[in-house]
This record gives sequence, structure tokens and C-alpha cells, in this order.
Amino acid sequence: MDSSHVLSVVTFVYGLAAVLYIASLIFRQDTAGKAASIVIFIGAAGNAAGIGLRWWESHQQNIGHAPLSNLYESLVFFALTIAVIYLVVERKYKNRIIGAFVTPLAFLAMAYASLSPNISDRIMPLLPALKSNWLIAHVMTCFIGYAAFALAFGVSIMYLITFGKERSGESILARLPSPAMLNELNYQLIMFGFLFLTVGIITGAVWANSAWGRYWGWDPKETWSLITWFVYIGLLHAKMMRGWDGKRIAYLSMLGFLAVMITYFGVNYLPGLHSYGSR
Amino acid sequence: MNFLERNLKEVWKFFVSVKLTIFLLFSIAGTSIVGTLIPQNARVEEYLQAFGEFKYRIFDIFDLFDMYHSWWFQLLILMLTANIIICSIDRLSATWKIIFNRNPSIKKSQFKDLNKEEFIEERSPEQLQTIYAPILHKAFGFTQVETTDTGFCIFAEKWRWTRFGVYIVHLSIVLLLLGSLIGSLFGFDGYVNIPEGESVDQVRINNVDKTHALAFQIRCDDFTVSFYDSGEPKEYRSRLTILENGKPVVQKDILVNDPLRYKGVNIFQSSYGKMPSKDVTLKFTVAESGMVYEKQAEIGKPIDLPEGLGSFLLKEYRPSADLQGTSLGEAFIGVLNTEPGKAQEIILPVRFPNFDKMRKDKMFISIAEQQQREKYYTGLQVTGDPGVWVVYTGFIMMILGCIITFFMSHQQMMVEVTQKNKKCIVIVAGKANKNIFGMQQEVAKITKRLTGSQKHSA
Repeated sequence: MDSSHVLSVVTFVYGLAAVLYIASLIFRQDTAGKAASIVIFIGAAGNAAGIGLRWWESHQQNIGHAPLSNLYESLVFFALTIAVIYLVVERKYKNRIIGAFVTPLAFLAMAYASLSPNISDRIMPLLPALKSNWLIAHVMTCFIGYAAFALAFGVSIMYLITFGKERSGESILARLPSPAMLNELNYQLIMFGFLFLTVGIITGAVWANSAWGRYWGWDPKETWSLITWFVYIGLLHAKMMRGWDGKRIAYLSMLGFLAVMITYFGVNYLPGLHSYGSR
Repeated sequence: MNFLERNLKEVWKFFVSVKLTIFLLFSIAGTSIVGTLIPQNARVEEYLQAFGEFKYRIFDIFDLFDMYHSWWFQLLILMLTANIIICSIDRLSATWKIIFNRNPSIKKSQFKDLNKEEFIEERSPEQLQTIYAPILHKAFGFTQVETTDTGFCIFAEKWRWTRFGVYIVHLSIVLLLLGSLIGSLFGFDGYVNIPEGESVDQVRINNVDKTHALAFQIRCDDFTVSFYDSGEPKEYRSRLTILENGKPVVQKDILVNDPLRYKGVNIFQSSYGKMPSKDVTLKFTVAESGMVYEKQAEIGKPIDLPEGLGSFLLKEYRPSADLQGTSLGEAFIGVLNTEPGKAQEIILPVRFPNFDKMRKDKMFISIAEQQQREKYYTGLQVTGDPGVWVVYTGFIMMILGCIITFFMSHQQMMVEVTQKNKKCIVIVAGKANKNIFGMQQEVAKITKRLTGSQKHSA
């Protein structure tokens, strides 16, 4: 069984975890929730093992490199970071309901990587421009940031669902965490994601300077990462300095994630130096 | 207050606003999108073809073809910089007073209306004080004990200096902008193609028609390109030698991610190409006699045509020539002089020997043989940026500042012990300038330690 097979199985494990979390929310089944926690953990472990196996396989083919070099590999890593950050949040906040809104994102990332006919899961040799130690630092930090923003996006949707609604004992709404807690979690995730996005942009700039002799060139991907950075720093100032309420922050968080998605996928349709990520 | 002071105060009032910050951040983010949709710094003809005359003119008025260097975009950045600096100065004096207060007096009243934990103790206040004080001192570093009528109160705090975090981030942004300004004023960004075995002492500046003289020579000794089995490029490698006054001083193989740096100039592997081979054997076919003549030709040297038909000059080699939009691939361009004052330019594609026959002249010319001694040239990106260390300092400060600002806070805690009916009521309360949730957890943690000490000693 090669890494592509392992990772296709992981897709379905994540799918199962997402179904269990949603079932636990709708049918008020704590057992389903507990099972979901175990399943997502297994999924994350399999995901990590798949990445490790892929790394080993690339060395077997004498084109050894960290599996972070194309769209397929980045999506697989993205799914792993979403799952891992979610598991940390679940432990820290002792709440499984968030899983219903977040684990589907890990599943979608993996499903897109495994099932889309436009994405090749073949291990490809590294192009000269990507042969650098900065590759690992740059891609990892960026995707940890993206994953934190993905979680913040899920939490923002939860916030907008619960905000200002009657939380009577019987409804599903009553099972959701309080808006105050969701607002705080949204904020924490954005600060965490923002730090990693910042480090990701900086490592990218340092790498660009060592490969092309310029740390910033207004390439569409660079520009969109900066736009994303500006949206989130705008959000943080609005919250910290102007005390914007949770609802506006939730909408801004969703806008920020839209910018992340354009940075990740949208710019592949624009000309630029980051074309590696589109293949 | 005179006129100038009044105006300065107005300017200050305008720039000190956080509303302005948020407005500028979203404006810069929003307008930046335009430059990712319209390709930047392309050729005028390409724009005209893509947008048409009218749209081109409108876009050109707003500098949308080089928008990140346009006056209005730079103005937004400048305003944001002024905003950051003035907001920071405005708030710094207050922060400064808090941080460098020699006698920080923490008062009970500051902890009112905060999340508190409360429990009952059996022991006397004196006993508790000897147990609690070291626990808090260990956790916070700074403690202050106050005796009250009914017991005592311990104040503790840590990380007062983290209030500086946000100023570090703001300063880092100013450094980034300063560094890029230094780069644009004193730096250069050029390129040069060097054939194997040759050397250069100047480079062409990107996007403008200028050259930049180097204080030394760059010689390309060798260029190699290797490919994977799949045909994808594997490695571009140039062996370069730096010469000063004709003497070699440094030699290095450069790769895409491994440049050569010498005296503040960075030399990067950027592209490559094949040099045209200079010698060609031309075949002249005369229509009337049907005779075929072969002659050696070299670029730039005129030759006489057979049968006294005139003269011919091989003008240049083009790696990809085209005729009215149709690509012809590798070709030579020649100038035919059959009658005095009637020079005619002709294309001789390497792949299509009969191409020139279509001219339907007395004679047609084709490329018989090309002396294939392939020679590469290496394409180098050559840059100099004295501002880059300022920018890198900004990078480091920004990362450290973000960690301090987001994940550390100035934490203060109060443990109040009040004796009542031979028992003690213990209240643990905490406050922080940020991350209130984290402080709640800290209060719970300390409370656990204090109650733990109770069981331990009991």
C-alpha cells in the first residue's frame, strides 16, 4: 500500500469523523461524539503517517524531498493541521460540538486532494527553484496559519448561528457553546493563525531574497497573502482598540478566510511565480 | 496658540485615530486586489490589446499598470506609517508611566468586579501568609503584602514589560518601510546574459532602459543544465569568476537557491539560453540555370552572390522568428543586395529549407548546415540592496513583537484573606491587560495551588 492509498483511506476516516460529530450534535448522542474524537485522532495519525510514508517513498525514487511541493501535498498537510489544531481546541475547551463545524473542512481538503481529477498524486521531482531549506519552513508555517483561520471560520459560523437566539433547553442551539466563548475562541484562533501567517510571509520573503534577489515583488500570491494579513490585522485592531462586537468580528473572520482561499486557490488562475502550488 | 501650532494639533488629531487605522488597512487591502487582476508592468501593446484604447487611458490615469508604485498607493502607505507612528507616540507616554513606575501601588479596588475564586480556610491568617506568600512569589516574581484589620492581602504581578510588545510590532513595520525606501533609493535590480567564457562589468536595470556599472567583472566559465527522466529541469548551474583589475578573486558555482554575494552585490541564477552558432553554410539555388552553390557565411560579414547576382549579408540569428504571426522557429535574417539601392530583408528558417523559394526570385537561399558547436549563455539576476538588513531586523522584531503582544500579558493578582468567626475567607482575583480568558485559567491554577497547600499541610 503506498502513501496515496493510505491518504485516500484517511479521507474516508475524516468523513466518518465529520458524520459522527454532526450526528452527535443533532441526535444529542454523547457516545457518537466520543467515537468521533477517537476517529478524528486515528485520521490525523493516518494522515501524518501518510505524509511520512510519502517522504520515504520520494527518497526511494531518488528524488527525495519533503512532501510539501505541490497542490496535492499541500492539501494533505492542510487537512492534517486542521485536524491537529482541532484536537488541541477540543481538549482545551472540552467541547465536542465545534467538531461538527470544523472536521468537515479537513474532510473537504482531503477529498479535494484525493478525488479531484485535476490534482495529481504522483510524487514529482523538485524543480530547481524549490530546492531550498526554506521550503519546509515557509509551507508549514503558512498552512498552520491557514488551518487556524479555517477553524476560526467554522467557529464564526457557529457564533452567527447562536448569536441573539433563544437558547431553550430542548433545541440544538442550547447544545452549542455560548456566544461569548465562541467569540473568545475565534479571537484566540485568529491571533494564533496571524502569528503563523506572519512567519509564513516572512520566511517566504527571506527565501525569495535568497533565490531571486528580492524579498517582495507584488506577485499575485504575495499580494493576496498581504491582503489576507491586512484583513486580519484590521480585525484585531477593530476588536482590541475599538471593541467591535462578536457579530462584526465573526463576519470579518469569514471575510479573512475568503482571502485565505483566494491566496491558496484563486491566484493559481493569475500569472505569477507561485505556479508550483497549482499543479 | 499660534496658527502653526493649531494646524499641527489638527493634523495630530487626524492621525491619532484608530478609526483611521482600520479605514487605511481595509483601503490598502481592497485596492491591492486591482494589481493582482491587471498584470503589472507589461508592455503597452499588450494592454491595448487586452483593454482597448478607452479603458487603457482610464487605467493609465490611475497608474493601474504599476499601481503599487503609484502616487496614490504610496500615499496610503505613507498615511498608514504616519498613523502608526503618531498612535504609538500618543499611547507610549501612558504605557511608559505604567512600566517604569518605581513604586507600583496595586490597590484592592482595582480587582473589584472581576472573576474571583473563593474558599474557606481553617488556619489563622498568620499561618496562611507564610504559606501563600512564597507560592505567589514563585509564580509571579513580584509580590507585595499588606496587612489589613481582619487579615492580609497579597498583590502579585508579572510581565509588566509585555505592554511594550505592540510598540515593537509597530516599530518593525516602520523598519520594513524604511528598509524598502533605502533599497529603492540606493539599491539596484538588474539582469545580464553572459555567454560561456565571456565577462561583463555592467548590467541592465529591469523595467527601465538603463545600465548599472559594477566595480568588478563577472565571468561565466561554464553553464550546465540537467534534466530529470521526466524531462523537467533538475538543476541550472553557472560557474562564475569575479575579476578585479583582470585578476580572479572569487570563483563559485551558483544554483537557483544558492547565489554568489560579493561586495554588497548579489548574483542569482535566473535563466539561460543557447548562443547562435556564428558560422553557417548557405545553399544558393539559381532558378534559371538550376545550379546550386554552397558558401560559408558568418554573421556581419557580406559575401558575393554566385553568377554575379549581387551581394548578401547575414545580419542576425533569432531563436524564434515569426512572419506575420506564424512561428518559424530558429532562423537567420539576411539582407539581399541584388541591385544597387534595393536592399531586401529575407528570413531563412533553419527548419524550412524551401521557405525562401516562395519569394519567386531569380535565386533562393536556404540554410545548408549550421556548425553545431552549442554554446550556452547564463542569465543572471544582479541586485544590490543596502536596506535588506533593516528589513530583516524588522522581520525579527515583528515575529517577537507578535508573540509578546498576542500570547503574553501584564498579569496582576490579589489574594485577600479575611478572618471571620475563627475561619478565613480567601478570595483570589486576577486581572490582565489582555487575554482575560487566560487570566481566568491562571486564577484557577493559583487557587488550586493554594487549596492544595491546605490539604498538604493538614
